[in-house]
Amino acid sequence: MTTSSLTTGPSWARLPRRHVPVLVTLALLLVMYSIGVSQYRAFSNVQVIFNIFIDYGFLLVVAVGMTFVILTGGIDLSVGSVVAMTAMVSAWLLQSGLPALLVLVIALLIGPALGFLMGCAIHFFDIQPFIVTLAGMFFARGMCTFISSSSIPITDGFWTTMAQHRIGDPRGNFVSIGVLITLAVVLVAAYVLAYTRLGRNVYAIGGNPQSALLMGLPVARTRIAVYTISGLCSAIGGILLSFYTLSGAPLIAVGMELDVIAAVVIGGTVLTGGSGYVFGTVLGVLVLGVIQALITFDGSLNSWWTKIVIGGLLFAFILFQRLIGIRYK
Amino acid sequence: MTDSRPVLTMTGISKSFPGVRALHNVDFRLYPGEVHALMGENGAGKSTLIKVLTGVYGIDEGTITLGDEQVAFSGPMQASAAGVSTVYQEVNLCPNLSVAENIFIGREPRRLGAVRWGEVRRQARQLLTRLDLDIDVTAPVASYSLAVQQMVAIARAIDVQARVLILDEPTSSLDAGEVAQLFRVMRQLRDEGIAILFVTHFLDQVYGIADRITVLRNGTLVGEYPTAELPQLALVEKMIGKELDVLERIEEQPRRELAAVEGGTPFVAVSELGRKGAVAPFTLNIHAGEVVGLAGLLGSGRTEAARLFFGADRADRGEVAVNGTPTSLRSPIQAIEQGIGFCSENRRAEGIIPDLTVRENMILAMQAARGWLRPIPRRRQDELVEQYIKALSIRPANPDLPVRNLSGGNQQKVLLARWLITEPRLLILDEPTRGIDIGAKAEIQKLVVQLSDGGMAVLFISAELEEVLRLSHKVVVMRDREMVAQLDNDDTVDADRVMQTIASGSQREEANQ
Repeated sequence: MTTSSLTTGPSWARLPRRHVPVLVTLALLLVMYSIGVSQYRAFSNVQVIFNIFIDYGFLLVVAVGMTFVILTGGIDLSVGSVVAMTAMVSAWLLQSGLPALLVLVIALLIGPALGFLMGCAIHFFDIQPFIVTLAGMFFARGMCTFISSSSIPITDGFWTTMAQHRIGDPRGNFVSIGVLITLAVVLVAAYVLAYTRLGRNVYAIGGNPQSALLMGLPVARTRIAVYTISGLCSAIGGILLSFYTLSGAPLIAVGMELDVIAAVVIGGTVLTGGSGYVFGTVLGVLVLGVIQALITFDGSLNSWWTKIVIGGLLFAFILFQRLIGIRYK
Repeated sequence: MTDSRPVLTMTGISKSFPGVRALHNVDFRLYPGEVHALMGENGAGKSTLIKVLTGVYGIDEGTITLGDEQVAFSGPMQASAAGVSTVYQEVNLCPNLSVAENIFIGREPRRLGAVRWGEVRRQARQLLTRLDLDIDVTAPVASYSLAVQQMVAIARAIDVQARVLILDEPTSSLDAGEVAQLFRVMRQLRDEGIAILFVTHFLDQVYGIADRITVLRNGTLVGEYPTAELPQLALVEKMIGKELDVLERIEEQPRRELAAVEGGTPFVAVSELGRKGAVAPFTLNIHAGEVVGLAGLLGSGRTEAARLFFGADRADRGEVAVNGTPTSLRSPIQAIEQGIGFCSENRRAEGIIPDLTVRENMILAMQAARGWLRPIPRRRQDELVEQYIKALSIRPANPDLPVRNLSGGNQQKVLLARWLITEPRLLILDEPTRGIDIGAKAEIQKLVVQLSDGGMAVLFISAELEEVLRLSHKVVVMRDREMVAQLDNDDTVDADRVMQTIASGSQREEANQ
C-alpha cells in the first residue's frame, strides 16, 4: 500500500474548512453593509464604521476574552456583571478621591482575580464552567448594588479626557482613544492565539482535553489562564464602558454576556471548542453593529429588531456549523 | 543486538489496587535495538506494567532503571522527556490541529516566545519522511485515517530522542496494509537503536516482528523468551496457563450445517434494507438458532448494516419482518421489544458505563426493557448477576466492583451478560473478541455456539475470518458498504475463498439466493 492512498481527498477540498465560517461571516457583513450603502446615502460615510467601533469597542474587548474561553470548550457567563462591577468600582473609588492611575490599576485587577478563582474552581473541582461563572455573574452583579444602588457619575479629569478626546482626520472623521485600546487588545490576542504556546494549548484543549493531557500540555494552567484572560478583558471592557458613559451604574450591561457569546459564535468560533479566530470575533461584533446601524438609519423600526435579527442569525450559524461538520468529537 | 546492556530494567515490580493485585514481583528487561512483545491475557497486568513504567501509577515495590539511573517518573510527560514515549491504542492527538502542530505542540521551536511555524512544518516533514510518510503536514489530523494518525503519534513520540518506544496495541484498529506500513516503521526505528515495547493480541503479528517475548499471567512473570525459541502453541499455553482444551474443542468442531437451522419462517427477514451513505440495500434472513457471520474489511459497512437491524440508525428504504410479521425498527427500544440485542464494537464509548458496578452494568438492558417504574428485585438481580459471572467466568468475580477496574476482556463479558440477561432472540455481536486475549476469545466463541444451539439467532461480526468461519452457518461478505455475497458455510468455503470474495466482489450471483 502506498502512503498516498491513506490520505483523504485533495488538499483544496480540505484546507479551507476551518476558514469557511469566518469567510461566511465576512460575506454576510459585506452584504449587510452594501444594503446599507444602497439604501442610505450617509451609510457610506466612513464615520459609520468608526461609530460602530466607538459604540461596540467595550463589547469587542469582552468578546475577545470570551473567544479564548469558548476555544477551550468553556463558557463565561460572568462577563457582563464583571464589566458593570469594574465600571462601578472605578466610579466609586474616583468619587472617594483616589488618584486616577491607582483606580485604574485596582479596577484592572479585580476582573482577572475573579476569573482566576473561577478557573481554579472549574479545573480543580471539575465543575461545569456554566455553573461556576453563573455564580460569578451573581456575585459581581451583587457587588455592584452593594457599592451603590444608584448610578455614580465620574468627573475625574483623566476619565473625561479619555471620554472626549477625538483622534481624527481633517475631514472630521474620528475615533475615541477607547477604539485604539480595543484594536491593541485585538492584535495582542490574535498574536497570543496564533504564535504562543499558551494560545496553541488553548486550541489543543478545545480539540481534545484528554489528549492534551496525555501529550503533556499544561491543561490546568491553560484552563485557569483563559478564565483569567476573560476576566482581564471584561475589566478592560468595564473601563472602556466607564470612559464611554462617564459613570458607574449597577444595572448596566445586564445580559451583555449573551450578546458577547452571540458575537463570538456568529464570528465562527465553534461552541464545543478548538476552532475559531479573533478576527472572526471582530467580524461578529461588526455584524451586530451594522444591524444596529441599519435599524437606526431606518428610523421606523423598533430597536428590538436587533435582537430578533441576531436571534435568527445565531440559529442559522449554529445550524451551518453543524452542517459543514466542524465537530471533532 | 542482545549482547549490549539493557536500556531499561524493571525489577521486582509490585502494584495493587483496591481488591485487585495487578502486578506481583515482575521483572522486565528491554535492550536497545529490539522489538520486545509483552504478552498476556486481559487482566494479566500488561497495561498496569506500562502505566507503572510511564508514571501514570506509582509503584508499591520494586525499582526501574533507565540506562544507569534509577528512575520513578511522575507522569507520561516526564517519562517522555527522559526518552520513554508511549503511543496508545486510542490515538491521543488533537483532531483540530494540523499534523505538524500535533507532532510539536508543547515543544515548538520558538524565537522570542513566538512559534516559528515555518520551522515547525519543515521539521515535521523531515520527521515524517523518516517514517516514510508523505502527507500534507498543514492539514488537520482529523482528515487522515487512523493509521496515519498512529504514525503521527509515533512521530511525536520519537521526536524527543526516544530511547524506549512503547506501542500499546497500536494495530487493533488497522487493516492489513496499514499494519505492514507500521511494521516497516517499527523495523526502521529498531535498526536506529530504539528499544520498542510492543503490546498486541495478534499472535501472527508477534511472530512477524518481535525479537523477544515476555509473558505475564495474573500479574506475575511467566518468563522471557527469544521469539524463535517459543513456538506459537507454547506461547498460548504460557499465556493462559492451562491445557488448550477449550480452544481445541472449538477448533475441532465440525462445520456447522446450514440445513439444520434454515427452513421455516426466519426470525428476522429484511429485504432491500438500506441507508443512504451508510450501506447499500441488502436482503438477509436470519433464522432462530442460526449464526450469521458478517465478514469484510474495516469500514466495509459491517457495523452500519448491524445498526440497521437494531434501529440504532434508521433505514431509509427496505422492509423488515420479524417472525413473518412486517414491522419497522426505528429505534433501539423497538428492536429490544422485538427481542433483538446489540453488543457494540466500541465497548468503551457505547457500551460499558465505567463508574457503575458490574451488577449495575449487567442489569441495565433488562431494566430498560421492563421500564424504570418496575425495579428488578435485589434478590433477582443477585441471582442473575451471580449466574452470569459464573457462566462467563468474569474475573474478579465481585459484582460490586466498578467496571472500570476490570480488564478489557472482562468488560466485554459484562457487556455480553447485559444482553444475555434480557434473553434476546437475536443477538448482534459487533467485534466481540477484538482486543481481548485468546482465552477469553475462546470462551466467547464457545458461548456463541451454546447460545445458537439453544435457539438464539446470532449476527456475528468480526475482522478475523477464521473466527467467522468457525462459528457461522452462513457467511455474509461486505465490501465497500455493499453486501457482495452470502456463502453457505460448507466445505467449499474457506478463508481463501472469502478473502477472494472480499477482494473481487465477483460472486454477485449468490447474493440474493
